[in-house]
Amino acid sequence: MMKCTEATQLLSEKMDRPLSNKEKINLGVHTAMCPACRQFGKQMLSLREICQRYVKQAD
Amino acid sequence: MTQALSRSSDDASGQMFHDNVFMEELRRQMLKFAILQVRNETIAEDAVQEAMLSAYQNIERFNRQAALKTWVFAILKNKLIDILRKEKRYTSANLLEEGAGRNDEALLEELFSEKGHWQKEQRPQKWDEPDHGIESQQFWRTFDVCLDALPAKYSRLFMMREFLELDTNEICDNEEVSVSNLNTTLFRARLRLRECLEDNWFQGEKTT
Repeated sequence: MMKCTEATQLLSEKMDRPLSNKEKINLGVHTAMCPACRQFGKQMLSLREICQRYVKQAD
Repeated sequence: MTQALSRSSDDASGQMFHDNVFMEELRRQMLKFAILQVRNETIAEDAVQEAMLSAYQNIERFNRQAALKTWVFAILKNKLIDILRKEKRYTSANLLEEGAGRNDEALLEELFSEKGHWQKEQRPQKWDEPDHGIESQQFWRTFDVCLDALPAKYSRLFMMREFLELDTNEICDNEEVSVSNLNTTLFRARLRLRECLEDNWFQGEKTT
């Protein structure tokens, strides 16, 4: 079973590169059972959206 | 300047300096990056101007393996580092990394148990939809504070990735870091930012 420390690292890397099939499966299994990591994944997406708005706002 | 022009005009990269649309877009991106780094528009504009002039005058040194944009950004980055050093806002890189590493260990211990799972009280909470509240000036002030709290190395790499939207390879070339080092740095920057925003904005919203 993947640890949350590994899952969160992968959820961050998912923002920068496509994950391998093996990584996708392992991460999928973990997040299906771990609401905290699922939430962390959503926060990574929110953080990206916030950054895009930050740049727009600075412009 | 005339000599530089004649040297570079036969060169495809040199010709890009005469493409007004390309140059204006490049200047805009550089200025955005510089302002985020030095937090002063006048100083940022000077740095961008100097970097572009320096790139133009040294076009023959341009290594074709990199994109022109990456190369010009590398020149700008060095100018910004000089400025930050002069302002004494820049600690030595070794000290920064050592300090940042030590704090990271403490943060990871605080967030995760020995078995590598979230501590109960540290589990990520549901954030409201991004549309809610984040358009306010107060949110951006909070976000600025959280960005400022990042170690300099983290914030620079994070800004290159998220604000300039450079890809991993471009950042690694620019900063001379390995992909795994960059991934770890971005992970730690995001971990800290989300923690800071959750503590100072999203949690606060729920209690008000």
